[in-house]
Amino acid sequence: MKKILLILIIFLTTKSFAQTEMDGLLMEKNLFCVGATYGKTNWKNYWEGTLKRDNQNLGKVSSSNIMINGNYGITSKLNAIFTLPYIKTKASAGQLAGQKGIQDFSLYLKWVGYTKQFKKSILKGILVGGASVPLTKYTPDILPLSIGLQSKTASIRAMVDFQQSNWFGTASGTYIYRGNVKLDRNTYYTTELHYSNMVQMPNATNINIRGGYRSETWIIEAIANKWITNGGFDISKNNVPFVSNKMDATTLGLHIKYETNFVDGLSFVADGMKTVSGRNVGQTSGFIVGAFYIMDFTKKKKTSSTEPKK
Amino acid sequence: MKKIFLYISIFTAITTLNACKKSIVEENERYQLLNPTRPDANAGTWRPILLTTANEFACPTPIATTSPDYVLQLNEIKSFQNDITPEKRKLVNYWGAGAVLRWNEIMRELVAKHNVPPYQNADGTYPIPSANNPLAYPTFPFSNPPYAARAYAYLSAAQYDACIAAYFYKNQYNRNAPFNVDGNIQTLLPKSTLPSFPSEDAVVMGVSAELLKLLFPGDQDYINQKAEEHKRARLIAGANVRSDLDAGEALGKLVATKFIARARNDRAGAAVGTPAIWAALEANTAATGEIPWISQESPKRPGMLPLFGRVRTFLFDSLTMVTSIRPSAPPSTSSPQFATELAEVLNYSKNITREQLRIAHFWADGINTYTPPGHWNYIAATDFVQQNFSEARWARNMALLNMSLMDAAIACWDAKYFYFNPRPSQINNDIKTVTGLPNFPAYISGHSTFSAAAATVLGYVIPANATSYNAMAKEASESRLCGAIHFRSDCEKGLETGNKVGSYAVTRGRTDGAE
Repeated sequence: MKKILLILIIFLTTKSFAQTEMDGLLMEKNLFCVGATYGKTNWKNYWEGTLKRDNQNLGKVSSSNIMINGNYGITSKLNAIFTLPYIKTKASAGQLAGQKGIQDFSLYLKWVGYTKQFKKSILKGILVGGASVPLTKYTPDILPLSIGLQSKTASIRAMVDFQQSNWFGTASGTYIYRGNVKLDRNTYYTTELHYSNMVQMPNATNINIRGGYRSETWIIEAIANKWITNGGFDISKNNVPFVSNKMDATTLGLHIKYETNFVDGLSFVADGMKTVSGRNVGQTSGFIVGAFYIMDFTKKKKTSSTEPKK
Repeated sequence: MKKIFLYISIFTAITTLNACKKSIVEENERYQLLNPTRPDANAGTWRPILLTTANEFACPTPIATTSPDYVLQLNEIKSFQNDITPEKRKLVNYWGAGAVLRWNEIMRELVAKHNVPPYQNADGTYPIPSANNPLAYPTFPFSNPPYAARAYAYLSAAQYDACIAAYFYKNQYNRNAPFNVDGNIQTLLPKSTLPSFPSEDAVVMGVSAELLKLLFPGDQDYINQKAEEHKRARLIAGANVRSDLDAGEALGKLVATKFIARARNDRAGAAVGTPAIWAALEANTAATGEIPWISQESPKRPGMLPLFGRVRTFLFDSLTMVTSIRPSAPPSTSSPQFATELAEVLNYSKNITREQLRIAHFWADGINTYTPPGHWNYIAATDFVQQNFSEARWARNMALLNMSLMDAAIACWDAKYFYFNPRPSQINNDIKTVTGLPNFPAYISGHSTFSAAAATVLGYVIPANATSYNAMAKEASESRLCGAIHFRSDCEKGLETGNKVGSYAVTRGRTDGAE
């Protein structure tokens, strides 16, 4: 059940919404978009393996996070993106203590490797390389209340983005390498007993499909996100969750971004999401709100990031 | 543009490199081969635990090494050795680390596997695992710490008696090992100087498999498979002929019958109690004016094995337990001391440091683990490997350790249900814990009792490590305070009680003939 949280926190909440590595947008050269978001998610039911259940000894498990996001245009075709979340967790019932702290720093390089302009539309091929590293020694071994999995990751994402007038669709897939995780104990049980403090982490795959309306002022998009752990094991009946469980989740969401006309470069975002199916994760629903500001490091005039270029 | 390709290539390279580093070598794969410093050839004269004499069970005279049947058995080894594949080598090395060691490890594995509390029924009651229907949910057993402590004790005590019997007959029949009879037999393991009939490995295997089947009846297939592997390893290694193994296994099974008979009558089967008994425990404590323990689980779960304190001990009798071992009453729930201790726990709950969290998790040994007794078995096993003990001495030391852990469990459970004292978080709801809250009364701490008993016994077995064992026990004890699930009195009295229990095992060790 703990994992559930994690998933929620780490991937779905933070990475599939807002100004992220998962969308088909880039900043122009020398522009730096920085923002902060507040997100809250919770779940009452979770999947123990494939069995959906609740747990009266956890009640409602919630996680709130504040995240600093940045996106810098190295060139108009190459952006660097980072995220830095602070997370706090809580269970409404039972005795298990909620956890809090700074989680993992993520850095991505997003590169438009292919652009094809049609009469009224544009097609882009994008690659995103990413890496994340835990910034604090939070424990991944108090799931579902851990704030993260303590795994270093590296990922590569391939993305196609198509826009015709103000309508667009984006599809991407990523492969995430997840490094081994160190526990505070020297044995642990998966499907057998292991005599080590190191846990071999299964890698993961993520598919993200999104589409909707995009203009200089508004982005309104629907998002479908699927997280698949390539391996791992199920939580057995009434057992506790473990860091290397097979955590899968399919999440649907809505993302809205509004670029203000009263302060140049200021925008607001709002997201809502719900997990519709999963395995060894909580059935999360949640929201994010945030504000972003674009700073120009050239003497030139600011340009919106949301406008299709060329 | 080119830069980008460079970035991506670097990224890909790092990813690929990292991927290679994922495999983990586990500690129990590093154990060296057993090569005893002292063979302990006189172990047949050591004092057994349940056997009346070392030769209580007969072991028929072996066939002569000159007989045609023996030659056939030598040829069997040769056929195994005809093609020594890496798989065969791996098997030999795994079992070559020691029979007592590996069977102890197998039990730890089964304990961890089954250490998961049953899920509630629809009406909010809880189902009780049944040994007669072990594979139906809830599967049998729920190997919680008392169950586990008892299981390790029966296994180790039985292994010890089985070794005494085997060593007795080794001495009596004095049959040569196959590699001494036939120079063409290779030896893939250090050559034992002991007579090879009956095999000490097979006697340990035979007795262990029988006890494991009793204690983990749903895992018989796995247990049988391990037993077959063990015999095969000994043949491939050229350490035993088939008749050495068959005789050892048969003798082990006979010794097991004594322990199985004891286990069936040691009152553990009734330890779950009944709803009437559960209600009486609460009422008795309430009648004294103290706040009784109440389950903090939802739905409320009956306390774990309330009558485990009445299980038959190995090292002392039940009168001794009540008169000499049972700790004095905990601070009254209305006393200033109780309030002070409660405040201390609340403080840990609010202000735990990262190091204290590490300690709490290192010693937690909660759900789906081999339990605190298992943790001490692991500590013992890892250190015993370095000591180059004979199989008989391994068995003897493990028996002393595990009898003390079982009796520690009994003494601890006796105190828990005699005083029926609440957990800190029952009194103050603001106390949150960083590890699972055990579903039984607080006084005295099980971890503290187990750890002190184990440290006392291990410090006797390896005096050079005594200081570090005591420090470990103290840390294990305090981990429960850091974790906000125990009062200081629970921990301190637990250590005291554990030390007392451990000293009974030491006394036994001093007079068992092995010193």
